Amino acid sequence: MKDTSFPALARAELRNTQLRRNIRKATTTIRERTARVAAELPDWEDLRTAGAAIKQATMRELDTHLLQLEERVTAAGGQVHWARDAEEAREIIIGITRRHDATSVIKIKSMTTDEIDLNPAMHAAGIEPVETDLADMIVQLAGDTPSHILVPAIHRNRAEIRELFEAKFAHGKLTDTPTDLTAAARRYLRDKFLHTPVAISGANFAIAETGSVGVVESEGNGRMCLTLPRVLISLMGIEKVLPRFTDLEVFLQLLPRSATGERMNPYTSLWTGVRPGDGPQEFHLVLLDNGRTRILADQAARETLHCIRCSRCLNVCPVYEHTGGHAYNSMYQGPIGAILTPQLRGFEEAGSLPFASTLCGRCYEVCPVKIDIPRILVHLRAGATEARRASHTLDPEALAMQAVLWLFGGQNRLRLAQTLGRVAQRAIAHDGIISRLPGPLHGWTDTRDFPALPPESFRAWWKNRPPAGQETSTPATARTAA
Amino acid sequence: MSARDEIIARIRNAQAGDQPGAPPVSAPPEPAYRHRWDADRTTLVERFSQRLSDYGVTILHARGDGAIAEVAATQLAARNIASLVIPADLQATWRPSHPAPTEDTNLSIAELDAAGGVMTGCLLGVAETGTIVLDCGPGQGRRALTLLPDYHLCVVRESSLVGIMPEAIHALHPRALHGAPITFISGPSATADIELDRVQGVHGPRTLDVILVA
Repeated sequence: MKDTSFPALARAELRNTQLRRNIRKATTTIRERTARVAAELPDWEDLRTAGAAIKQATMRELDTHLLQLEERVTAAGGQVHWARDAEEAREIIIGITRRHDATSVIKIKSMTTDEIDLNPAMHAAGIEPVETDLADMIVQLAGDTPSHILVPAIHRNRAEIRELFEAKFAHGKLTDTPTDLTAAARRYLRDKFLHTPVAISGANFAIAETGSVGVVESEGNGRMCLTLPRVLISLMGIEKVLPRFTDLEVFLQLLPRSATGERMNPYTSLWTGVRPGDGPQEFHLVLLDNGRTRILADQAARETLHCIRCSRCLNVCPVYEHTGGHAYNSMYQGPIGAILTPQLRGFEEAGSLPFASTLCGRCYEVCPVKIDIPRILVHLRAGATEARRASHTLDPEALAMQAVLWLFGGQNRLRLAQTLGRVAQRAIAHDGIISRLPGPLHGWTDTRDFPALPPESFRAWWKNRPPAGQETSTPATARTAA
Repeated sequence: MSARDEIIARIRNAQAGDQPGAPPVSAPPEPAYRHRWDADRTTLVERFSQRLSDYGVTILHARGDGAIAEVAATQLAARNIASLVIPADLQATWRPSHPAPTEDTNLSIAELDAAGGVMTGCLLGVAETGTIVLDCGPGQGRRALTLLPDYHLCVVRESSLVGIMPEAIHALHPRALHGAPITFISGPSATADIELDRVQGVHGPRTLDVILVA
C-alpha cells in the first residue's frame, strides 16, 4: 500500500519546484494582503474576540440552534435532512437528484462535498457533477486534487491551464492570458448555468433565527447556481449554524479580510427557504455530522469546530509554504487540516498530521476566531501516540524512547552508555554533529542533525574541577578581588 | 432512531461535560467592536466612491431624482448598451428614454440572458467596503434580473449610505425575518484563480456602474 503519511507525501512534493514556487507566491501575496486589510480596521481584535465568543456560545447550545434552524427553513418552504455520516449524506443528495431525473448537476465550491466524496459517488450513479468555481473546474478537468483551501489550482500555471482548456472544451486556440482563459470558462459554463436543473452548494453559515443560508464568493458562479436551477441542495456541517442574524455583522467582516484579503468579497448571497417567482422552487438543506459531534465531545479540541474556512492559517504556516497542500492528503490542509483531518478520519489514517507542524504559533496569532491550533496539535499528538501504543505495532520511535528511559533510570548505566557512545561516535561525528545515525536510527537524522556527545560529561567535569579557592581566576573573580 | 434524533442525542451527550455557568447565548457579553461609524454625509460619500473606484466601478452623479433618467441614458449610450431590462416597479422618473427599457414581467431566463444591460435601485450602500445591498425590494427586481445581463447600472441614494457592515445588518434584520433574499455586491465579479492574477468579470455582470443621487 502507498504510504500516505505526511512525511512520505511531503518528501515527494518538496521535489516539485514549480509547485513550491507557486505556493510561495500565493502564500506571500495573500499573507500581505490579509495583514493589510485586517490592520486597517481599528476594532479588528474586538471582532476576533466577538467571533470566538459567538462560536463558543453556539457550541454550548448547538442542539437548540439546529432545531430552530430546521423549524425556520421548513416554515420558509425548504426541506431539512440530517446525515449521520458521509454515506448517508451522499444517499440523500443522490436520491434528490435522481427524483428530478437530472443527469448532471452544477456545483459551487464546497469543501464539505469533497469531505463526503460526493463527486465519485455521483459519477458512479450516472450523474455528472460540474464544478463551476474556476479553480475547482481546472482541478476537475485535470483530474487533480486541490492544493489550497482557497485557491485550489495554485499548483497549475497559465500554460498548463490553456492546454487543458483547449483539450477539454475550447474550440480553436486560446492565448494564455488569465483574462482570455477566464472568458473561455465563462462561455463554457454559461450554457450549463442556464440549463442544469439541480445545483449543489455548501454553506458558509446558516442563521437559526431566520432560517437564512449564506454563501460567500467572488466569481458569480455561486449566484448562478443559487438562482437559476429549479432545485437547490445545500450541504452544511452542523457547526456552521449561527444563532442570530446580527452575528453576520461579525463574520461578514472577519471572513473576507482573512480569506482573500479583500475588504469585502464581490458577492455574498443569503436566501431563506423558497421564494415564489425568484430562484429555485425546491430547496434542501442537508445537515452533516460525520464526526463533528465526536469533536464536540472532546473539550480540549472542540474549538476545531469554530473554523470558518478562511485559510489564513495556511498562508502563514512555514510548513505549508514548503510542502503545499497535497502532502496533507485531505481537502483540509495546513494547520487547520492538521487538527481537523485526524479528528474526522481517525489517527490510524491521519495520525501523522498533528506532527506536521513546528508549533511556531503563527496560525493561532492570525486566526479570525482565535482557534488555539498549537495547543490542539499537542493534544492530538498525545492521542496519536496513545493510539500507536494501543495498536501494538513495532514502532522504532517508541522502542528508542523505551531504551532511553532504561538508560536514564540508573547512574551506572548512563555512565557506561556515555563512555561507549564516545568511542562509537568517533567514526560518525564531525565537528560535534552526527549527520547520519546507523541502522534503524537513521530515520531521525534523515531530516536533521544529531548533536554528538561532548568530550566530557557534566558529572565528570564537576568531579575533576580544582578544589575551591584554587581555581584560576576568571574575569568575574578578578574584579571582585580588586 | 432517526438520523435527526441521533445527531441531537450525540450533541447533548457531547455537551454533558460542559461547565455550568458559562455565558449563555441569550446574554452574550457586550461586544466591544464598532456598531456604527458616525461620519458625516460627505465623508461617507467620499469613502464609498473611493472603494467603488478600487473595484473598477464607474461612478456617475445625479442631482436629485429628476436627473437620473438623463444620466442613465448618457451612460448607456457611452457603454453601447442596445437593450435594457428593468424591474417592473422601477420608478417612472428614473427610466431612460434610450434604449427603451423592457419591464421584467416574467421574462424567460433566455430573454434575461440576451439583454444588454439592467438598471435597478438598491436598499443601501456600505461606505467602508463599497458594498451595494439588494434585498429584492422596490425597484430591484428578482435575483436573476441583476445576474444575467452583462451590464448592471445601479442607482444608489447618498441618503441610503451607512458607514460599516453592522449598520447594514441592523437595517436588513427585519427583511431577513420576512425571508427576503439578500445579495451583497462589492464591485463586479472577479477571480484570481490563475496564478493569482486578478481578472475582473467572470460570471454575472462584468461591468457595474453606479449613479449616486445627491
